[in-house]
Amino acid sequence: MSNTPSTLFDKVWDAHVVRKIEDGPDVFFIDRHFIHEVTSPVAFLGLQNRGINVMFSERTFATADHNTPTINQHLPVEDPLSANQLKALEQNSAKYGISHWGLGNPKNGIVHVVGPENGITLPGMTIVCGDSHTSTHGAFGAIAFGIGTSEVEMVLSSQCIMQPKPKKMRINVNGALNKGVTPKDVILYIISKLTTAGATGYFVEYAGDVFENMSMEGRMTVCNMSIEMGARGGMIAPDETTYAYIKGREKAPQGEAWDKALAYWKTLKTDEGASFDVEYNYNAADIEPMITYGTNPGMGIGITKNIPLSTEVEGGKSTYEKSLNYMGFHEGEQMLGKKVDYVFIGSCTNGRIEDFRAFASIIKGRKKADNVTAWIVPGSHIVERQIREEGILDVLTEAGFQLRQPGCSACLAMNDDKIPAGKYAVSTSNRNFEGRQGPGARTLLASPLVAAAAAVTGVVTDPREFI
Amino acid sequence: MAYDKFTVLKSTAVPMPIENVDTDQIIPARFLKATKREGFGDNLFRDWRYNVDNTPKQDFVLNNPIYSGEILVGGKNFGSGSSREHAAWAIYDYGFRCVVSSFFADIFKNNSLNIGILPVQVSPEFLDKIFTAIEADPKTELEVNLPEQTITIVATGEKESFDINGYKKHNLMNGFDDIDYLQSMKAEIETFAAGRLY
Ligand code: SF4
Repeated sequence: MSNTPSTLFDKVWDAHVVRKIEDGPDVFFIDRHFIHEVTSPVAFLGLQNRGINVMFSERTFATADHNTPTINQHLPVEDPLSANQLKALEQNSAKYGISHWGLGNPKNGIVHVVGPENGITLPGMTIVCGDSHTSTHGAFGAIAFGIGTSEVEMVLSSQCIMQPKPKKMRINVNGALNKGVTPKDVILYIISKLTTAGATGYFVEYAGDVFENMSMEGRMTVCNMSIEMGARGGMIAPDETTYAYIKGREKAPQGEAWDKALAYWKTLKTDEGASFDVEYNYNAADIEPMITYGTNPGMGIGITKNIPLSTEVEGGKSTYEKSLNYMGFHEGEQMLGKKVDYVFIGSCTNGRIEDFRAFASIIKGRKKADNVTAWIVPGSHIVERQIREEGILDVLTEAGFQLRQPGCSACLAMNDDKIPAGKYAVSTSNRNFEGRQGPGARTLLASPLVAAAAAVTGVVTDPREFI
Repeated sequence: MAYDKFTVLKSTAVPMPIENVDTDQIIPARFLKATKREGFGDNLFRDWRYNVDNTPKQDFVLNNPIYSGEILVGGKNFGSGSSREHAAWAIYDYGFRCVVSSFFADIFKNNSLNIGILPVQVSPEFLDKIFTAIEADPKTELEVNLPEQTITIVATGEKESFDINGYKKHNLMNGFDDIDYLQSMKAEIETFAAGRLY
């Protein structure tokens, strides 16, 4: 081993290079592969056409999530195209011996929620999935990113993909977070500073007090949205919080294997003096609860601020105006007090137990606003069970909310959970692109606390009023 | 997709001394709705090749029986336009294995290499020599030698070297794409996997 200081990212990346191709990409080994119903069928078809097998079926895990309904999951899926994809996932999994958590399975849920929850995601791993928010798993000190369908075929057939190594970026946030400021606000703040293309070509490491003091759920929220600033992925060095989260989970190492793993995990941090291609520093104290006002995740502001003037933003004025037009907003306006029609809490960004606890902390003892339709969608069945067991369901019910069944739901609106055209939704998901939550839908990305405040007042509200 | 190995190709060539041949000409957008990869060769250069009533345009080079072969020689900036891989599929499916030009659009070049077509970039002077030779004698043969990375006008012995990325060269010579390449490494991957902690 050389003594040159190296980064967490280098340590994990270099440990997975099977072969370096001269003036070509690295042959990159993948420890864990998640698949879901939408991006896998064509890859399996490719395997079949070539007559090749899955190389390590035990390294791939299948779950149904993208187009599953969030009510009446015990009934047959009505949409024939969705039903077909779900059936293909089930059949392909059975054929190749891949563990499959389909609809109705007690472990079913959103791929990026169930992986960590069951101890499949571990520090130092490489993890891929045909979904860009695979970066979520970076919270454990893993290199995790989304891949295309042809790469899904590569992983199935050889457990490797061909990857050039990205550049390295470190984002440090130090200090103490203000009241009412959550991990979602931290990442929305960073993206608003860096813009949606600011980290293109990079792999990000998040460092500093703020991330060290964050729960695993919070770290997952942060890493999840790395892709929204163009990064290949984001990661956080594992520590005691990480180990405590993993310990005892179903697929986590146990006994001797645990000790061995732990010893390895303790080496997974960026050495003093290791260098990054670029580094950014932010102050925790500058961050307030955030909300987006436009049509990309970089268009976010502190909730008490006004929508920036077109003269204050970078990039084309016409693009900016088009975006505000779509949203039905004007430059210089206040976001506070804007009417909200829908509230969506869920997705792989904010569909974990901690998010529902946060939501409930504001809802408790209050009532849902009459003008608001709320979709409350747990990230997995395990989260759903926790919601019941912790009494959160009672809080929700008393306040007039209903709990739906797990899935991606309105995050990408592939199932029936579509926000109607022109309606405003405060959403805890990750993308506010035009039409993302349904044709014509207007999305305001925010934290579960902001979502809860909007759900009880019916307008965009500063959650600090309720804390 | 599996394709045939490429080592040395000696063939007559089809001349197309037109600059900026774009992907929309190679395969018009309306033919992209197919769900399979076969059959695109029939529509290669569709609108240059056929009249609206589907009769062949006599003056187009692919309809001229004196020209034939597995090498297509195009003008500068061949393959510009969209990223559609269908353009390369159409050229391959028609029967070309090699395209020669003095400059290639980047994405087209990559797409070609990925599916088994060798794009050979030559100097503008050499390109002119090739066109002149074919014009003088349509039966002019070219020899493209991938291992040596040379292209020769057989009759005159005039020769030029060309560049190719080492990884892509290996793939072409073995008839591999990325998936085949990975398949060929299975023993190495197997050993690597056995050494993983998890
Ligand atoms: S919740 Fe949204 S972002 Fe997450 S996996 Fe599902 S569709 Fe992708």
